[in-house]
Amino acid sequence: MTISRREFMQWTAAASATALAGCATTGSGGAGRVVVIGGGIGGGTAAKYVKMWSPDIDVTVVERDAGFISCPISNLVLAGNTSINEISRDYSGLANRGIKVVRDNALAIDPAAKTVRLAGGNTLNYDRLIVSPGVDYLYDTIPGLNNAAAQSQVLHAWKAGPQTLALRKQLESMPDGGVFVFHVPLAPFRCPPGPYERVCQVADYFKRAKPKSKIIVLDSNSDIVSKAGLFRGAWNNLYKGMIDYRPNSEIADVDVKGMTIKLQFGDVKGDVLNVVPPQRAGEIARQAGLITANNRWCGVDWMTCESTAVKGVHVLGDATLSANAMPKSASMANQHAKVCAAAVIALIKNQPVNPQPMMMNTCYSFVDAKNVIHVASVHQYSASDKTMVVVKGAGGLSDKPSELEGTYAWGWAKNIWADSLA
Amino acid sequence: MKKSWTGAWWAAALLAGAATPLQAQDANAARALAATCFTCHGTDGRSVGGVPPSIAGQNKTILLQQLKDFKEGKRPATIMHQHAKGYTDAQLEQIAGYFAAVKP
Repeated sequence: MTISRREFMQWTAAASATALAGCATTGSGGAGRVVVIGGGIGGGTAAKYVKMWSPDIDVTVVERDAGFISCPISNLVLAGNTSINEISRDYSGLANRGIKVVRDNALAIDPAAKTVRLAGGNTLNYDRLIVSPGVDYLYDTIPGLNNAAAQSQVLHAWKAGPQTLALRKQLESMPDGGVFVFHVPLAPFRCPPGPYERVCQVADYFKRAKPKSKIIVLDSNSDIVSKAGLFRGAWNNLYKGMIDYRPNSEIADVDVKGMTIKLQFGDVKGDVLNVVPPQRAGEIARQAGLITANNRWCGVDWMTCESTAVKGVHVLGDATLSANAMPKSASMANQHAKVCAAAVIALIKNQPVNPQPMMMNTCYSFVDAKNVIHVASVHQYSASDKTMVVVKGAGGLSDKPSELEGTYAWGWAKNIWADSLA
Repeated sequence: MKKSWTGAWWAAALLAGAATPLQAQDANAARALAATCFTCHGTDGRSVGGVPPSIAGQNKTILLQQLKDFKEGKRPATIMHQHAKGYTDAQLEQIAGYFAAVKP
């Protein structure tokens, strides 16, 4: 491997600094302190890998929920094809690794003081901060839904947990012959194939339990945004006549009392309405000035996931401004987190950062209880473009749905949950 | 003027028993590449439930050959060919080396 003389000098200078650093102490916090906001796939993975790859760094995760409930596979709960318990995990795995898991809500970040203020009153100090806040919903774009009462009736169920169970209840209560109206926001949004998998799962449930029922899909986009041919094929083969897919159907408002979605031209009434609103990076990102694009997403340096707006703070997962063809997926959040963890360790220890990070994406979608389709891609850091680019010739789709891929999908799920939290 | 070895900046690292900077750098590069596989194959290649298969501790030559076979379309796959094509042969060798060195 050939390197330039300059690179060699940098590495060796770093190594001698490391040898001497063993003599120094930073007081409380060992080699350094990392705080992670968010205990989802991104945050969990980041915390675990910083601790695993550098045990001498103090790691704290701030998470407001008692446990983790997975968005991936949650559509199957809607269909009764799995239980909420199957997709739930706790934080004992991270705790057993010596990571402090603080159940609280991060209210404010002070990047100059390098502190995070928590709702419970405590303040955490950090040397490096990793923010993986997921998404929040732009309810102000849908006036009829811009209040708590409306939001508890017309659900998004786009964050797994109580809303998943509540939507399942609504579907169970719907009479045979009823209409499920499902609205999909304009891309980019969390989980590109997710809405279309939801349509499959609800159709699978209706086929078994209330076969006269129908599904109307109001998609803001001009076509299915992921695995379009495969989903259309599945809908045709498995659920013929049940699904009315309408593209270019961006929502204008919702009349909750009248159970009607109002489009630009025309209204659509239903027995169960499921509206996934447009999204932006989670609230803490907005508070901290991390959002850089369209008032929605956080720009990062993809070599390290460090915010382009706030130094010393890294952002992961759905909240980031995606690189080209980079989906907002669980796999990506998990991959971001490992690149970030390695970079954060290197930055804390004054060592060189990996100049060639790679990331891969795998998304599995269940077209019924057992058959699955996937989309995959591989991404590499381009020094000339200064971002992650898709590796041409790699990645792709399934040929068709299969039960074999169904077994791989469950394997992926169990492994990503463990890789992130165990 | 005679240059003193004890003043050399790299002597401290070697005396401390640290890996040379290049070795540490290579090890971290291999680890970073292999970590892209952990999402499906488990942390360090120890798969939960064995599907997809565990690859921790697999023989390096065999694992590398499998990856190359996936990359060249010689081995039937639903997805591994799509992933293997994303890495150079040199990267695949680093990945195989990493998993071979991990305790199963």
